[in-house]
Amino acid sequence: MDYHTMRTFADSWGLLAMLVFFISASAFVFRPGSRDASAEAALIPLKDDCDER
Amino acid sequence: MRHATSIVGLGVFSFLAILAAAFAHDNAFANHMWVLAIVLVISVIVLLRRENFQRVAPVDPSAYMDGPVRYGVIATMFWAVVGLLVGVVVALQLTYPALNIEPWFNFGRMRPLHTSGVIFAFCGNALICTSLYVVQRTSRARLFGGDLAWFVFWGYQLFIVMAATGYLLGISESREYAEPEWYVDIWLTIVWVAYLVVFLGTIVKRKEPHIYVANWFYLAFIVTVAMLHLVNNLSMPVSFLGSKSYSAFSGVQDALTQWWYGHNAVGFFLTAGFLGMMYYFVPKQANRPVYSYRLSIIHFWALIFLYIWAGPHHLHFTALPDWAQTLGMVFSIMLWMPSWGGMINGLMTLSGAWDKLRTDPIIRMMVAAIAFYGMSTFEGPMMSIKTVNSLSHYTDWTIGHVHSGALGWNGLIAFAALYYMVPKLWARERLYSMRMVSWHLWLATLGIVVYAAVMWVSGIQQGLMWREHDEQGFLVYSFVESVAALHPYYLIRSLGGALFLSGALLMAFNITMTILGYQRDEAPIGGALPAPQPAE
Repeated sequence: MDYHTMRTFADSWGLLAMLVFFISASAFVFRPGSRDASAEAALIPLKDDCDER
Repeated sequence: MRHATSIVGLGVFSFLAILAAAFAHDNAFANHMWVLAIVLVISVIVLLRRENFQRVAPVDPSAYMDGPVRYGVIATMFWAVVGLLVGVVVALQLTYPALNIEPWFNFGRMRPLHTSGVIFAFCGNALICTSLYVVQRTSRARLFGGDLAWFVFWGYQLFIVMAATGYLLGISESREYAEPEWYVDIWLTIVWVAYLVVFLGTIVKRKEPHIYVANWFYLAFIVTVAMLHLVNNLSMPVSFLGSKSYSAFSGVQDALTQWWYGHNAVGFFLTAGFLGMMYYFVPKQANRPVYSYRLSIIHFWALIFLYIWAGPHHLHFTALPDWAQTLGMVFSIMLWMPSWGGMINGLMTLSGAWDKLRTDPIIRMMVAAIAFYGMSTFEGPMMSIKTVNSLSHYTDWTIGHVHSGALGWNGLIAFAALYYMVPKLWARERLYSMRMVSWHLWLATLGIVVYAAVMWVSGIQQGLMWREHDEQGFLVYSFVESVAALHPYYLIRSLGGALFLSGALLMAFNITMTILGYQRDEAPIGGALPAPQPAE
């Protein structure tokens, strides 16, 4: 594995893999039903007041 | 015998430190090992005196472990004052060179003391203590690993002391924001792995099904800083009992490694970690959920994927290949999107609660912090554009930019988080004084504005003086003329820093009085509610 092979891999398959991961992660946020799930998740910090001493 | 293992371990390491001092390869290493030995022996004595031979009550596994968080809050406040004070001193050293006291206190040694003091000692402690506070409350679980959290706290303080004393003794790898030598780097690696274990273990045993977004940011900060630290500090010591090491990289590769580290230290230490703070403490203080949880997730992934490529913009017009410089510039400009997405998300969390700005100085401080985040993440990408950079590079403009981000965003959001946590951690009804928080905010904001504005003026003047040439192509000014021209700006800059420091001192007093249980008798901010009048 010399510099050139790594460089070629990085700007082809490496780049594609990262792009695909990023687009899927962003798309996953807008999956059906995520509105309710995220609204619930947003309340996590506000729920803990009862058990704070 | 609660401290038995710690006492024996510290005793053994004190002995090893004395041996290392005795057989040291160079004088600086011997002095540094004496510092280490003294610190460790003092720790042994303190632990011996605090030892308790009675049976220890078993810990309640459902209660939060807040001891290290409380110590972390105090350490954060202490290092904030120290780091800012050294900052004012180095600013004055630039103004009046006579203040350079050789050899230990000249600018070259004091400058890393200031940068490491504010970034690693102040911001690092703020990150560790808030992350341990937040992860327990959003996971609804006690910290994982028992006393490991104490090891993380004290181990990190030892790292700070070793780094700081090393700089003053003249021990430095001279890598920006990573100056500690190889043995201190190894120690930080051990502490950092323990930190990761505590944090990740708490997330694994959480009772809340979802991992709240603040923890994503904190985890990204911990993991990425580990990776950056390991790669940037790959080096070979000259002797295993010596203070000097040589980097595994050379030339432009070394420069790029350093700025890959340096820029991502800003991106993940000072941005991702502090965004974790924002996503927990702003909703808590406003008592409203974050504006858009889905935007916060996109913010997270976009920040992670873009930040890591922006480092080369520190090496514009150097031996770094042109394509790499352009890559750094393009990714820096793309960073506008997640940065402003995050800023809008933080600010809009207050939608419907904007009236709190009038009555709650802590919210005001958070809003100011987020506004400074927005401003400095606008300025940064703009300065990474090559044409702008050709004027701004190596000038005071860069220093002004760093300080509007570090004082405005990191400083204010960390202060606000501390103001929020202290009454809760020590079970006080409220802070000693809310009016002092307001004073702190305005002193700090005024300080930052003075600092940033004067550095813009001096930086642009400096850049213009350096490139000014006559019709025959000769430079008009010598370098030293540009230095002399900056004297008044440096004086005003020290004043801005002193204003920010005085705010922090006020905070230290306020926090101390709160912890001691006092309450200042003062009128509430925004005035008391008018007493209801009987109808005529």
